[in-house]
Amino acid sequence: MQWEVVIGLEIHVQLSTKSKIFSGASTAYGAEPNTQACTVDLGLPGVLPVFNGEALNKSVMFGLAVGAQINERSVFDRKNYFYPDSPKAYQISQLYYPIVGEGYIDIDLEDGSQKRIGVTRAHMEEDAGKSLHENFHKQTGIDLNRAGTPLLEIVSEPDMRSAKEAVAYMRKIHSIVRYLGISDGNMQEGSFRCDANVSLRPIGQEEFGTRAELKNINSFRFVEKAINVEIERQMDILESGGSVTQETRLYDSQKNETRPMRSKEEANDYRYFPDPDLLPIVISAEEIEAIRKTLPELPDAKCARFMQQLGLSEKDAKALTVDRDMADYYEQVQQAIGDAKMAANWILGDVAAINNKNGLEFKDCPVNAEQLTGLLKRIKDNTISGKIAKEVFEAMFSGEGSGSEGDADTIIDKKGLKQITDTGAIETIIDRVIADNPGQVAEFQSGKDKLIGFFVGQVMKASKGKANPGQVNQLLQKKLRS
Amino acid sequence: MSTLDKSDVEKIAFLARLGVDEQDMPEYASNLSKILDMVEQLNSVETDGVKPMAHPLDAVQRLRADEVTEVNDRENLQAHAPETAEGLYLVPRVVE
Amino acid sequence: MHNKTIAELSAGLEAGEFSSVELTQCYLERINSLDEQLNSFITVTAERALEQAKNADAQRAAGNAGILNGIPLAQKDIFCTKGVKTSCGSRMLDPFISPYDATTINKFNDSGAVMLGKTNMDEFAMGSSNETSWYGPVKNPWKQDAVPGGSSGGSAAAVAARLAPAATGTDTGGSIRQPASFCGITGLKPTYGRVSRYGMIAFASSLDQAGPMTRTAEDAALMLNVMAGMDPRDSTSVDEAVPDYTANLNDSMQGLKIGLPKEYFSQGLDDSVAKVIESALQEYEKMGAVIKEISLPTSNLAVPTYYIIAPSECSSNLSRMDGVRYGHRCEDPKDLNDLYIRSRGEGFGPEVKRRILVGTYALSEGFYDAYYVKAQKTRRLISNDFNQAFNDVDVIMGPAAPSTAFNIGELTDDPITMYLSDIYTIAVNLAGLPGMSIPAGFVNGMPVGLQLIGKHFAEAKLLNVAHQFQQQTDWHMKVPASFK
Repeated sequence: MQWEVVIGLEIHVQLSTKSKIFSGASTAYGAEPNTQACTVDLGLPGVLPVFNGEALNKSVMFGLAVGAQINERSVFDRKNYFYPDSPKAYQISQLYYPIVGEGYIDIDLEDGSQKRIGVTRAHMEEDAGKSLHENFHKQTGIDLNRAGTPLLEIVSEPDMRSAKEAVAYMRKIHSIVRYLGISDGNMQEGSFRCDANVSLRPIGQEEFGTRAELKNINSFRFVEKAINVEIERQMDILESGGSVTQETRLYDSQKNETRPMRSKEEANDYRYFPDPDLLPIVISAEEIEAIRKTLPELPDAKCARFMQQLGLSEKDAKALTVDRDMADYYEQVQQAIGDAKMAANWILGDVAAINNKNGLEFKDCPVNAEQLTGLLKRIKDNTISGKIAKEVFEAMFSGEGSGSEGDADTIIDKKGLKQITDTGAIETIIDRVIADNPGQVAEFQSGKDKLIGFFVGQVMKASKGKANPGQVNQLLQKKLRS
Repeated sequence: MSTLDKSDVEKIAFLARLGVDEQDMPEYASNLSKILDMVEQLNSVETDGVKPMAHPLDAVQRLRADEVTEVNDRENLQAHAPETAEGLYLVPRVVE
Repeated sequence: MHNKTIAELSAGLEAGEFSSVELTQCYLERINSLDEQLNSFITVTAERALEQAKNADAQRAAGNAGILNGIPLAQKDIFCTKGVKTSCGSRMLDPFISPYDATTINKFNDSGAVMLGKTNMDEFAMGSSNETSWYGPVKNPWKQDAVPGGSSGGSAAAVAARLAPAATGTDTGGSIRQPASFCGITGLKPTYGRVSRYGMIAFASSLDQAGPMTRTAEDAALMLNVMAGMDPRDSTSVDEAVPDYTANLNDSMQGLKIGLPKEYFSQGLDDSVAKVIESALQEYEKMGAVIKEISLPTSNLAVPTYYIIAPSECSSNLSRMDGVRYGHRCEDPKDLNDLYIRSRGEGFGPEVKRRILVGTYALSEGFYDAYYVKAQKTRRLISNDFNQAFNDVDVIMGPAAPSTAFNIGELTDDPITMYLSDIYTIAVNLAGLPGMSIPAGFVNGMPVGLQLIGKHFAEAKLLNVAHQFQQQTDWHMKVPASFK
């Protein structure tokens, strides 16, 4: 039988507020256990939650960015369940009246086409603490520093049909929250996490198959792998006539397999009801409009502008706008040197390549936009060639310079990389190359024009790459044809 | 008439993670049934179109400024905790 | 000294007739010698009280004494008090030494008041007789076979027996007014949101409200002046100006429109209690008030509505008591569920368990709409009834309880009848209105309370109406024989 894959994602985004969603404790990552868990976060008897307005702001920004309806009245509910990382034995969330209603995003498919993925809703809630399963006197240790960190849970429609689409959706959401500045999106630190609902159905069938929920997948790579291995698992079951159990499963990246989560085995009845300690969140149409005015340019709009205004190709514009840090970097360099294409080629080429090679995010690139600007300016004014520029760039990447625009000049001087533009000096080299290669000269002169490349190469080599290639070409043509 | 039996009480008690002695089960079942009978009165009231009332004053939520106002007070907060080690609260081993 | 009101004691302190240390010692000695009979305190904080009294005397000497400076008070053991056991009447919190102070406690500390100790109460405020306390029942100072009412039974008994000039209470369905009625004192439950709930251990969040339990309305006004106000730590506290509650105590009753809900005088009301209420009403007529019969047609829905909403909220509020971060933890839990089930099973008493079970059931899948949402709708009908009634009257009056204090053990096997002892008080919590009980007379030597119900934020009016009655009567001055 032919199967169709159906995937829906629930993405949990930690909102980058300074303090927690319902208390004044810090949300900073990495503190000593329970040093950022105050009376409210610990769920002491008698404490009460007070809502952080910034979490609302950031959630509304997201809703507006995905074209969603913002609910002017939303309500916090309690989701009741016992677990040691949930100190009140309920999580404050929004079930019945979420802040963000239906919206959508467009993702790019591999064949170059676009697909619209529905966002069902997004709601605010509090994060749980962490269970540390190392052996503490044969017990589990509970750290509640993370408890109460604001989360926006973004629920998609079951619109995705492959693991690749799921990853493209997740990347797009990641790109949007980073653009909006509402989350640091740091997946290692758990600021951006994903649960995937995966099911199969025979092609052509309307009704959904039974789904499994894959919990807490914390990288783009693992999402793809986890979904694919889950698809295989379900397909094996279905092909052999079995049926899929509705359950929560955990992805084990080391074994590359999914397995049922023991702690979620007990059938849960969350007994949602409106939290009587909190009042309805009301936001007016005017307030929503005021937030809309603060929205930055988003990836799709920026991409379109790069194409129209700067004449970039769709491919380059898209590549430059996925990551806001890269786009900002690009714009800064582009404006400073006034050459959109050159800046794009460098950033998508050498800069991206060396970052990838070193496993760096764009924001962590050791060569900043000022430094690159200084370097590209020297190519443009013929101080150095593109080839020499790579050498200077690598020096910057390995830490030479002070991080300013003048670094290129300092390195060029220090290494003596300044381009030879003196006609006399270049002519001397050319004369020697012509004298050394009489056979090739004869061939060229008998009409083998392509050999000009050979001569340029020889001259560049003899000048240790410092001769200005344009000048070399021009002078060679003159001398060879005379 | 809602009558709860022992197995209903057992199920609810587990949801609430509440230990109830075996011998007390019948009494809880009977008391709970009586309470539920009493509240059944509400069923005869017409409430179509009535907005549920969550708070007596129908007020709306105040927003707190996003400021860190709490400092580390772990020592004080854990002083009387049942069991801690290295700043962590300890519970019987949890398997995920 | 111990028969004086807060207002009188404050004047005495200011005049230098006695110091706060002397006053505090006097009450500590009374508690020491008399509370054995009553069991009204769970914790007596003698050392701390004397320390606070010393500071209060120093403050007064420095010329910075407010009205409550140096006045000893008893605090219901539902308020978190830093460094002091805060048990909420439960074995679950018997080991709980609160690491922080409730807002109300902070406010009293700032006012220079002295805390004598923490008063006994029904476990987690669930009860109408103070019999559900882990620390044993409290006796009624008027008759020691009788209950003091609940849940603020310890506070009511302590004030009635002059073991404290005044105390705090909390009221979710009548827990200030019913014990005030049973013990012959003045109790005020303010408008929902008037007094901060921060640090007051939650029973039913949308109903709970703290208030003063005093001898006189004037004292209640002095206490409320300190307690009332918006608290940034409590989202449900209301940002409404706090008046001086003593300012209008002497306003005339001439032309005051009093509404009598006919439903409060029908079946279930003890005849002799009804007579006491009627004569109290005549007192108001003598002062020039006009009495008008009104109807609160949904009165019969109050108890069933309450017994959905309160248990539902409490089942969730009490889930945090799980033996992990504080409170009772069972011995040698074999796994996580065993830790939860046994710690909670051992920590909670039968009435608390009953309500957790009811609430858990009412919120569970398939029943939520039929129970909880339905009750929220009938709650609005009940509230609408009051709004309607207040179009025509200034204050509503009636009995605070259907009878005088019943005997210890009399109703423990019959939860429903026990619940019905709050029949006149519960609707007020559902509607979030302010309500009072003031001493109005006696039946067979047991006090009867008159209930006053006001519009939202009309505490000053209620206190005025209560004070005027206390200018004409001396029921509130009566002292139980063994505690003179």
